[in-house]
Amino acid sequence: MIRHVILRIVAKTLIPCILLFAFYVQFHGDFGPGGGFQAGVIFAAGIILFALMFGLPAARRVCSPRALEILISLGVLLYGGVGLASIFKGGNFLDYSVLAHDAVHGQHIGIFLVELGVGLTVTAVMIKLFFLFAGRKHIL
Amino acid sequence: MAIIRLHDLFAAVMLLGIFSLLSAALFTLMDAVDVAFTEAAVGAGISTILLLGTLALTESEEKPEHNRRAPLALLVVLLTGAVLIYGTLDMPHYGDPAAPIHHYLADRFIESSPQELQIPNMVTSVLASYRGYDTWGETTVIFTAAIGVALGLGARRRSRRQLQEEERENKGGRA
Repeated sequence: MIRHVILRIVAKTLIPCILLFAFYVQFHGDFGPGGGFQAGVIFAAGIILFALMFGLPAARRVCSPRALEILISLGVLLYGGVGLASIFKGGNFLDYSVLAHDAVHGQHIGIFLVELGVGLTVTAVMIKLFFLFAGRKHIL
Repeated sequence: MAIIRLHDLFAAVMLLGIFSLLSAALFTLMDAVDVAFTEAAVGAGISTILLLGTLALTESEEKPEHNRRAPLALLVVLLTGAVLIYGTLDMPHYGDPAAPIHHYLADRFIESSPQELQIPNMVTSVLASYRGYDTWGETTVIFTAAIGVALGLGARRRSRRQLQEEERENKGGRA
């Protein structure tokens, strides 16, 4: 695939835009459409495009399978950690209002962290699944 | 319909992707931008890629299967369909503002979420805060599913073998 000049150039220009857009969707989810799940999928799509263009070994160097496994659990732990933190702060599980001094600010922090957790898990899961499928028979 | 009838699986996957993209456009027209987003990214993007990856592992042509008629199965399918259609007769019309689903919790969310959370995108505030439990469950489902698939595809064993192969290749390259 790397020999096709047009595909390679288009992919090279597209991939940074896709990754940047994923971050925009992730952190702008409070104001526009989107959120952790969509952002995670878009980010994973960027990495998958990279893998399609430059081969699986190159993509494995970008995100190592070990790091992906850690990220998968880290996202879930972050989500659960926010829930536990709100218990320790004296609220219910996942009650973000107690996270900061005033309720609205606490909600903002809570939603930000929770969406980040979802985003991390989804990104890592999608890339991991693609690696698993593509790595079975050396398709790439 | 064409997707079911086709025997060329590659074309079927492509049609599925197009279908997802079209339904994403449909969701956008119905002002459900978040859903459209997800449909476009997951349905048209990732799942198409994964299906193509599976096709590359197997064959892209469906095995020919002789046409067996099964009258009992047809009867069951028709009965189920009839019952389902009968069930929809009682449902409120599409877009009916008096439908119960629009008045159970939605009123409270729409009224109080701008003051309580001060987040312009109500979908985010409902998903992440009011229904935080629900989204937490979804995240763990994704996590569990990923572990299941990784175990099924033998992630650990394969990656270790690949590492050894790469090492061998590296050594061979140096020598």
